[in-house]
Amino acid sequence: MTDAARPEASPYRGVRAAILVAMCALCGSLPLRAASLAVGQPFPSLTDFALEGTPPETAAAKVVIVDFWASWCPPCRAAFPVLEAVQADFGAQGVQVIAVSVDQNRGAMEAFLKRHPVTFAVLRDAGQKLVQRVDVPTMPTTYVLDARGIVRFVHAGFDGDATRDRLRAEIASLLEEKS
Amino acid sequence: MKTLARSLVLAAAAVAAISGLTGCTTVQPWERANLADFTMNPERDPLHAAMTDHVYFSREGSTGGRGVGGGGCGCN
Repeated sequence: MTDAARPEASPYRGVRAAILVAMCALCGSLPLRAASLAVGQPFPSLTDFALEGTPPETAAAKVVIVDFWASWCPPCRAAFPVLEAVQADFGAQGVQVIAVSVDQNRGAMEAFLKRHPVTFAVLRDAGQKLVQRVDVPTMPTTYVLDARGIVRFVHAGFDGDATRDRLRAEIASLLEEKS
Repeated sequence: MKTLARSLVLAAAAVAAISGLTGCTTVQPWERANLADFTMNPERDPLHAAMTDHVYFSREGSTGGRGVGGGGCGCN
């Protein structure tokens, strides 16, 4: 091809190249975010995240409730009596409540638990690795797992009696599945 | 050659601008401990908030400017 036959270079070629480079840089600098854990997906193993505290034995549990909370979160505090009642009422039937604190301040968590003592298991995700993996949409978020560790229900936030009633109904339905 | 140099300068400028923009970030729900602190509430003292409002709308003649009823005459 001769020079005369070659098409004229676009005057915007440089600009286009600059935009392309900038977009690549932007994509590279954006944090990659995992999708939020949804119903039907397996919940990650608690033993994989170096949580503070000893995870309770859940092999025999028919339903596991995993609640993400923090001492600085008032709705989380409001949810605690409901979770305590769930553990008391359904514990003998194979329901295990596990509260995972995302507090980075251990003292704050301990002070909270001193003011609001509970009988269910409490772990602390000090490095916030599990909560990042699960990518909770809000605080608190409560996951209801079946005996196989599959997420069956998710409660984003705590809505008082409405959440309590739904949670208890969901637990009852899962217990019926297994009986 | 001149075009190449201009492209490189543009690319560098664009990268610098975009890198600056990505300084904005989203605070995740589990990272809001400091934001949830009581002292982060600008209206944590109801009496102080009421007095500030009173001074504000008296000075500006703007009753209703914060969402309450009123015609803006400052006479409510």
